Amino acid sequence: MNDIAEIVFWMIPGLPLAAFVIVFIGLRVLRVNDWLGALLSIIATTASFALSVWLGIRLLIQPQTRLIEGFSWFSAGTGMNVDVGLLVNPLTVIMLVVVSTISLMVQIYSVGYMRRDGGINRYFSFISLFTFAMLSLVMSNNLLIMFMSWEMVGLCSYLLIGFWFHRPEAAKAAKKAFFITRIGDFGFLAALLILFNATGTFDIEGIHQAAAAGIVSATAITWAALGIFFGAVGKSAQFPLHTWLPDAMEGPTPVSALIHAATMVAAGVFLVARMYPLFEQSESALTVVAVVGGITALLAATIALVMWDIKKVLAYSTISQLGYMMLGIGLGGVWVGIFHLFTHAFFKALLFMGAGSVSHSTHTFDMREMGGLGRKMPITCITFVAGALSLSGLWPLAGFFSKEEILGSALESQPILFGIVLATVFLTAFYMFRVVFLTFGGKYKGKGKPHESPLVMLAPMLIMAVLAISAGWLNADGTIGSLLGEESNHSWTTGIFGVFTHSLTWVSLLLAAAGIMLAWAMYSKNWFSPKKVSSRFTSVNSLLLHKYWFDELYENIIGSRLLNNGLFRFFEIADERIIDGAVNGLASLTSYTGSMARRVQNGKLQNYLLIFITGVAIIALVAIIIN
Amino acid sequence: MNWMYILPEIIIAASALAIIIADLISRKPVIITTIAIVGIAASLIAACTSTVTFEPVFDGMLFIDGWSRLLKVLLLVVAGSVVIASTDYHARLKHSWAEFHALVLFSLLGMMLMPSAGNLISAFIAIEITSISFFVMVGMLKTPLSSEASLKMMLTGGIAAAVMLYGMAFIFGSTGSTSLAEIALSSQPDFSSGLLLGALLLLAGLLFEAGAVPFHMWLPDAYEGAPTPVTMYLSAGSKLAGIAVIARVFSMGLNNPGGLGADWGMAVAVISALTMTLGNVLALQQSNIKRLLAYSGIVHTGYMLIAVATIGLGGQVSGDEKLFFYMASFALAEIAVFTAVIVITRQIGSDRIEDLAGLARRSPLLFAIMSIGIFSLMGLPLTAGFMAKLFIFTSAVDNGLLWLMIIAVLNTVISAYYYLRIIRVMWLGKPSDGSALSLPKAPGLISIFSALGILLLGIAPYLLLKLAENIIFIP
Repeated sequence: MNDIAEIVFWMIPGLPLAAFVIVFIGLRVLRVNDWLGALLSIIATTASFALSVWLGIRLLIQPQTRLIEGFSWFSAGTGMNVDVGLLVNPLTVIMLVVVSTISLMVQIYSVGYMRRDGGINRYFSFISLFTFAMLSLVMSNNLLIMFMSWEMVGLCSYLLIGFWFHRPEAAKAAKKAFFITRIGDFGFLAALLILFNATGTFDIEGIHQAAAAGIVSATAITWAALGIFFGAVGKSAQFPLHTWLPDAMEGPTPVSALIHAATMVAAGVFLVARMYPLFEQSESALTVVAVVGGITALLAATIALVMWDIKKVLAYSTISQLGYMMLGIGLGGVWVGIFHLFTHAFFKALLFMGAGSVSHSTHTFDMREMGGLGRKMPITCITFVAGALSLSGLWPLAGFFSKEEILGSALESQPILFGIVLATVFLTAFYMFRVVFLTFGGKYKGKGKPHESPLVMLAPMLIMAVLAISAGWLNADGTIGSLLGEESNHSWTTGIFGVFTHSLTWVSLLLAAAGIMLAWAMYSKNWFSPKKVSSRFTSVNSLLLHKYWFDELYENIIGSRLLNNGLFRFFEIADERIIDGAVNGLASLTSYTGSMARRVQNGKLQNYLLIFITGVAIIALVAIIIN
Repeated sequence: MNWMYILPEIIIAASALAIIIADLISRKPVIITTIAIVGIAASLIAACTSTVTFEPVFDGMLFIDGWSRLLKVLLLVVAGSVVIASTDYHARLKHSWAEFHALVLFSLLGMMLMPSAGNLISAFIAIEITSISFFVMVGMLKTPLSSEASLKMMLTGGIAAAVMLYGMAFIFGSTGSTSLAEIALSSQPDFSSGLLLGALLLLAGLLFEAGAVPFHMWLPDAYEGAPTPVTMYLSAGSKLAGIAVIARVFSMGLNNPGGLGADWGMAVAVISALTMTLGNVLALQQSNIKRLLAYSGIVHTGYMLIAVATIGLGGQVSGDEKLFFYMASFALAEIAVFTAVIVITRQIGSDRIEDLAGLARRSPLLFAIMSIGIFSLMGLPLTAGFMAKLFIFTSAVDNGLLWLMIIAVLNTVISAYYYLRIIRVMWLGKPSDGSALSLPKAPGLISIFSALGILLLGIAPYLLLKLAENIIFIP
């Protein structure tokens, strides 16, 4: 890649940014046709996509890392120099391909999906801004710029979840998503500052070198790694900050496909991968990553079993798969997690597009009002099933290969986590085919006449279906592994057929098939009714239906009882009693002097004095203790 | 004596007197406003061009150095914005229009002297000029709420002044001087416990003006009850002057590294943690925009105190330019938000947050200004607020205040909650009345300029940072 002009690299994020500026400012002022904005945005993304794919091909021919120094942005005081530069290594290029492909497909799909909505210009300008922010997040060589892009994708997500702002749930979900991911950002920002203090730089390579050279103390590394991981937990909706993602489904479905399935939520995984050399130095941090990933994978998969909203099932599935990726990075290294990120992006975006296509014709997301759509929407059905099979991990689809690597790494190191992953394989196949049979099988139970979606929506779905089937073959000879992993090339899959030499493959395939069969028996053949099963396990069912009561725990118990009505109320009362109680009812300037005298008499003035002096005494006390 | 050193102050005092006289001759509000603006502009030019020196002037009473010049310019800009923004508030203040403007200038005079103080006595006089002017301005609406606020502020202000004087007496008793330079000399290398006590009492008195916990009690009521331009002035003006005078008095007079500096530095660090946490917690429940901004201002006092603490812990010149950057970015955000609030509340006749619903549709421009200001207060990247926080937080870690940095970052998360609520209401809420809101020219101009300034400093922070560094450290 060394012979490629620098401008090419800058163009990849630059073009969507230019599209955003033109669409948002230019077209608003000129007030031309809305669809011109969509066209401009798609053209810019197509160019970024072409450049990314070209970089990808160049990388396959000759793996290299390219550092583009860029320019000095600012320096503050002594020692704080911030440069804007790009770090293009194999990890970057893989992410570039993922982000630009999905963004392009989703934008084309949106032309069909959003055509009845107002505000097309606004919609496409936000998508362009998001694409820019996501691409610069991926390409930045600098933790500070990365953090800024990180916040910006969060802001775009906020704007797009709340795109249909006439719906109160959408507004609430947008705020929840932004706030909960910001809780995670606390960790990222704190880690950033700790690392800057320890190494004197924001440069990612510089931090890694300093960490490898032993300049940074082991404690600092562990805390910084945990802080970064906490940021990733928020963004990638990992336990215990996973509650925002299902609510974020209030946004338009193409947005869910782009932001809340394939790219932004995967940014957390990418961040951990980017900072992996730091994690490598801290055994405990890596263990935390793996364990949190494992818990999330299982927890979310169980909730997905009982959801009736098709997008909610997919949302929990996304959370669960992101848990897989974290587990993969924690146990097997960068490439295992990123390989799954790569394949997952395609099949999960495809599944969301399918869900969008279904709701486009049935006007609902509730699977109880669907059914029998297989014959009415054949292409949607076929592509959706392809995505579902890939997600369930059936050979030889993309999801199979990447999931197999995660299983393999877990088998090698952590028997408990291996058990969790195996269980999740079964659950995943079951809940996905529950969706398939409820939606496409049986008889139609909804209103109106469902019809197949227009070609502009089907074409991206077909392309994504091809990718969801074939993306895993890229690693058939260990290509992705050798691009990303330094020594971890003991790939479980050697060749597309070679996988069958290992017994693990048979176990996982059997489990997945069992999950599909069970879904078929319950939801297609009705050999045993789901109602009976849930009534036998009422307590489990209610636990799952309430998503383990996490929302209630956060909102009612912690948010409302402990904080709002507890701690915060206490502060408020303490504050009010002393201040407001003091001068309440004081009327007007006419009674000025009189009331002042009363104030002195009834002793409220002493309250003021008391607080003042208490404050002073505390200050003195602190100083004396420290002295 | 070279009077040119205080030319900016002289111009302001003269303009204030001119306003009082003009009021006797003609009662046209345009004349009053014009005098105020011309006076401030002239003073601004004088402040930008005046000579500075590192030596104390007027027998050690004042320092006319880079720090005082920077603060003067900032405070003049703030006062100018207040005067321009208050043109939109004329209907409610017309009976005391001239008094209001004269008081704006008198308090400005006090505030400009505060960061220049070279002696405890000049510091005290400057602070009192400011405070007393504000007591009157806060009560100027003559509504029950406004009078109550004024009274509360005056009572607590009186106590603060007493505590401060008490502290000054202790300092004088232990060192035999009120001049900062001489106090600094006689407190090296050892210091008596009387001096420490005096320093802390003085600190408590000064923290009143800045609105730090536990001396914040007057602030929410004053912000809510005062005429909104005065609220804006309290927040973007007197708060900053209060912090600037702490930085001045303590870094000049009471800062021997390792000893006294470490003591008050740590005390300020603890107060800073309390201030931002309590401010945030109380802000969560507010339903009145002015009250919410009061608590938000308390939180920002906490952030700024981090920078003050690092001055104490890290020696003489560790973070002055970063503190100034924070002040400037905070002032810009407050000017943008409060000007918008003045314009909006006049038209909707309410300062409840709920009534801001649907602002995005009623006036996209006002919504954009409010959003940029709030995002900057929240510390979102690409705004000046983010850079300001980044600078202050890094210098906290560099000075061994890792714990304080973590508390501060946690607090930025909490604050996102209530800032986002405003954004959500403005953007997604349903307006009870869908009529469009207008943005008059004069307030529109300053709010748009400050919003653009916020973005500019967010993208190119070095513009101001380098400038501040050069002015502070190069004679």
